[in-house]
Amino acid sequence: MLNAFWAELKRDLLLAFRNRGDLLNPLLFFVMVAALFPLGVSPAADFLAKLAPGVLWVCALLSALLSLDSLFKSDYEDGTLEQLLLSSESSYTLAMAKTIAHWLTTGLPLAILAPLLAVMLFLPTQAIGVLVLSLLIGTPTLSLIGAIASALTVGLKKGGVLISLIVIPLYIPVLIFGASAVQNATLGLPVSAHLAILGAMLILSVVLAPFAIAASLRMSVSN
Amino acid sequence: MAKKQIMPLWFYQLASPKYCYQITSKLLPLFAGAALVLLSVGIVWGLLFAPQDYQQGNSFRIIYIHVPSAILAQSIYITMALSGAIGIIWKMKVADMVAYACAPIGASMAFIALMTGAIWGKPTWGSWWVWDARLTSMLILLFLYFGVMALYSAMENNANAARATAILSLVGLVNIPIIKYSVDWWNTLHQPATFTLTKKPAMPVEMWLPLLVMLIGFYCFFATAMMLRLRNEILRREKRAGWVKKMITKT
Amino acid sequence: MQFNTWLDFIHMGGHGFYVWLSFGVSILVLMTNIVSPWLSIKGTEKSLARKFQRESKGQ
Repeated sequence: MLNAFWAELKRDLLLAFRNRGDLLNPLLFFVMVAALFPLGVSPAADFLAKLAPGVLWVCALLSALLSLDSLFKSDYEDGTLEQLLLSSESSYTLAMAKTIAHWLTTGLPLAILAPLLAVMLFLPTQAIGVLVLSLLIGTPTLSLIGAIASALTVGLKKGGVLISLIVIPLYIPVLIFGASAVQNATLGLPVSAHLAILGAMLILSVVLAPFAIAASLRMSVSN
Repeated sequence: MAKKQIMPLWFYQLASPKYCYQITSKLLPLFAGAALVLLSVGIVWGLLFAPQDYQQGNSFRIIYIHVPSAILAQSIYITMALSGAIGIIWKMKVADMVAYACAPIGASMAFIALMTGAIWGKPTWGSWWVWDARLTSMLILLFLYFGVMALYSAMENNANAARATAILSLVGLVNIPIIKYSVDWWNTLHQPATFTLTKKPAMPVEMWLPLLVMLIGFYCFFATAMMLRLRNEILRREKRAGWVKKMITKT
Repeated sequence: MQFNTWLDFIHMGGHGFYVWLSFGVSILVLMTNIVSPWLSIKGTEKSLARKFQRESKGQ
């Protein structure tokens, strides 16, 4: 079972790196949307600093949303997905492998890129560490929950906006605790509780989401 | 040897669309009548006879619609998710149809709860919208309903649509306590404890008795509306069946 | 009775607009949830009756 997991993970990462341009898109989106806020509202440092925790987290959420559509699409279209589901390998591991590959190519780079945006939005330096940490814990949860929505809609032609409609209410708890962790860090208050809750959400998603993802994939493939 | 059946007989009998149609023919007038009586009594009682709140005045009467619709919005979501689960586990078409019937009714309830909550907020707090924990949770519940309805309408195959929405509603069901907890917590950060829209323990009998009547009336209303939608869906899907033809040509 | 005259009742101590707006729209939404499926059933029954008539005539 573990062999299948690593094999699938390696395969997805290899495929992702073959289209390096596609990997960059969510990251560029992240940067550009964050840049919209000073342009649309006000470039004043104190004003932006207050908004920064929420804005950064919302931008991360939106970038995650953007990348969900293609999570299972190409495998679905060429029939690989069906073969993978029919194989004797557990679909739980398949779902986990694909979601981790997705996170490694979207959430992780996002978390690494975040300090740059934090500087653009005048987030106080003491909060940048917590920002990265909260994103590192939160984005895998976003990938897992998002993968459920992506699996549900993979067979549909116009899945894109529908995925966002389905998944945004489910993202709200992660957003609330992630953003407030960073908010607390700017004020110098303790953040361990927030990060612990983010961690708990991650663990819950890791345990439950792959079942839902696998069931959704089977449903979509049986069309 | 026959497989041991876990559920009682009536559960498996309900799997037959024809049986459901016949049973709902008998139940519908009962629940419709009950809903009509209870809602009329409740509304008249709440509007005319119940005392007004000493702080909020007569706008307090909106509670007689706001609270029951909020409770129903949540109950209906649970019903929708559970019937979806039953549909997947026992492969019952009728359960899928029940889930499909529930969705718009639940969304209407969530909408009513939101609207009455917002309207109530104006004389109470001075603005048409407040990011109160309850209202925000109800808004998110409405979004969850929209997601389920949008997913259903995007899928052409009925069986797949039922499975997909069942999975989505179950995922939503697991998330609802998490969402509530998060929003409650978020609200305490940004709004120091103000009095809530509905003061529960301190309500005297003259105030909560009509509320109870309205709540039961709302449940009967839900049963009525759901059975109507269910019958409609059964007719649509089973139109080729012999019993449908017999029933239509007989009348 | 909490109100002395009908005018008092409609006025609701100044909150009349809010109370009647809430009750009004809510009842409207609830009625829609009953009338819409009911009309749909009637329509389905009619079209099925027509279809069965056509089929029996054609045989």
